[in-house]
Amino acid sequence: MSTVADRDTAFLDGIRRIADEIAAPNAAAVDHDARFPSEAVAALKEQRALSALVPTELGGEGLGLRTVAAACFELGRRCGATAMVYAMHQIQVATLVRHLEPGSWHEQYLRDLVAQQRLIASVTSEVGTGGDMGRSIAAVTPAADGTVTFEKQAPTVSYGAFADDLLTTLRRGPEADGGDQVAVLTRADQVQLEQTGTWDPLGMRGTCSPGYVVRATFAPEQVLAAPFPTIAAETMVPVSHLLWAHLWLGIATDAFDRARSFVRAAARQKPGEPVPAAVRLSHVMSELSLLRAEVRSALDEFLEADAADDRARLSTMAAALRFNNLKIAASEQAPRVCQGAMGVCGIVGFKNDTPFSIGRHLRDTMSACLMVANERIHQTNAGLLLIAKDV
Amino acid sequence: MIKSVSAAVREIVREHGRLAVDVDGLPDDASLYEAGMTSHASVNVMLALEDAFDVEFPDEMLKRSVFETVANIAGALRALDVEAA
Repeated sequence: MSTVADRDTAFLDGIRRIADEIAAPNAAAVDHDARFPSEAVAALKEQRALSALVPTELGGEGLGLRTVAAACFELGRRCGATAMVYAMHQIQVATLVRHLEPGSWHEQYLRDLVAQQRLIASVTSEVGTGGDMGRSIAAVTPAADGTVTFEKQAPTVSYGAFADDLLTTLRRGPEADGGDQVAVLTRADQVQLEQTGTWDPLGMRGTCSPGYVVRATFAPEQVLAAPFPTIAAETMVPVSHLLWAHLWLGIATDAFDRARSFVRAAARQKPGEPVPAAVRLSHVMSELSLLRAEVRSALDEFLEADAADDRARLSTMAAALRFNNLKIAASEQAPRVCQGAMGVCGIVGFKNDTPFSIGRHLRDTMSACLMVANERIHQTNAGLLLIAKDV
Repeated sequence: MIKSVSAAVREIVREHGRLAVDVDGLPDDASLYEAGMTSHASVNVMLALEDAFDVEFPDEMLKRSVFETVANIAGALRALDVEAA
């Protein structure tokens, strides 16, 4: 047991070092230039952090979701975009690992991912579905030579131009209903990306997420055996919300830390005099505590269901409501903390070039309510609440 | 008896499932989701079943797989001691 704990500690020490020494000094430029955080991602590859969730039997680090969630938190404290790229990659890896068929194409793929530290992006959203990830238009389409193809209009593919491989949701076949979806893993050399839009957003600028037309030709065995609705319920939705929430918590925590530094500096300048900003800081701490409690309890609940090998429990409506609520609560609370922190710091928090700048934090966390729009999640919840009993 | 539960389930699926095809053309073990039932429609099916059979599905039954097929739904109802419509 101690060796597992030691590995977790060593892994997180390495992540913190990358966050402090590489992600932090580049964060302002990544944000300003809306450029991919290539230095930090290269360092993560060097630490074999991209295969953290891959079991040791396949050569990976065999670490658990709690450790990876902690890594997202640590990276989020220093560079939101780096943390988001890392989190999204881990969501794809978790999908492959948790729904792996022994001896499958994907098992060999995971070995390659470990050896080459391949970065996976996802193509889940689609033009024309109204933001509903549970429906697809593009389909796995048989070609004459035994291969299969697809062409998908994606309104956004985060770090698409920088990913090695893609995990894409599609209809099972040309005749399949929109809800009859599968997930497909394609390698870079099987894919063509045609960029369809620009990328100049308010926040999370380093994720480099313009739209693309994605075209691919691949082998039928690259389709995951598990139906996508199962993958979504047991892994993709809860893991996405957990890892995103951890990095949003990381961003909000750094905003709070900056506000606290500001208050301390103010107190030191005039010892003995009252510091009005300290009272405002106390309000922000309350908001941060709420966010942290929600994020941590959701992770505990997920791990509990998983440890009991009771994964079917994750497919219940009660579980869907639970992790949907985490997403809504965390995505609303994180920018609230950042805005409160900016209120503490005043103009030096508003300016982009001070040690107390909160602008990037605020802008990055404002993307949270749009990543799977909260209103759509509320719509889903509204339906589930009609029938779910114990929520 | 079992057959009549299935028949009642089919009636409710026909009315609320919004399938792309006629439910009578599907065997009891065919996936209703593959036949076009959305998550939203499945909630309406569940509500109608609770009303018709005067039962409440407990939370552990409220998952996709339980409502995937006519056979699964009939099995769930039998587990709740429903004998016939």
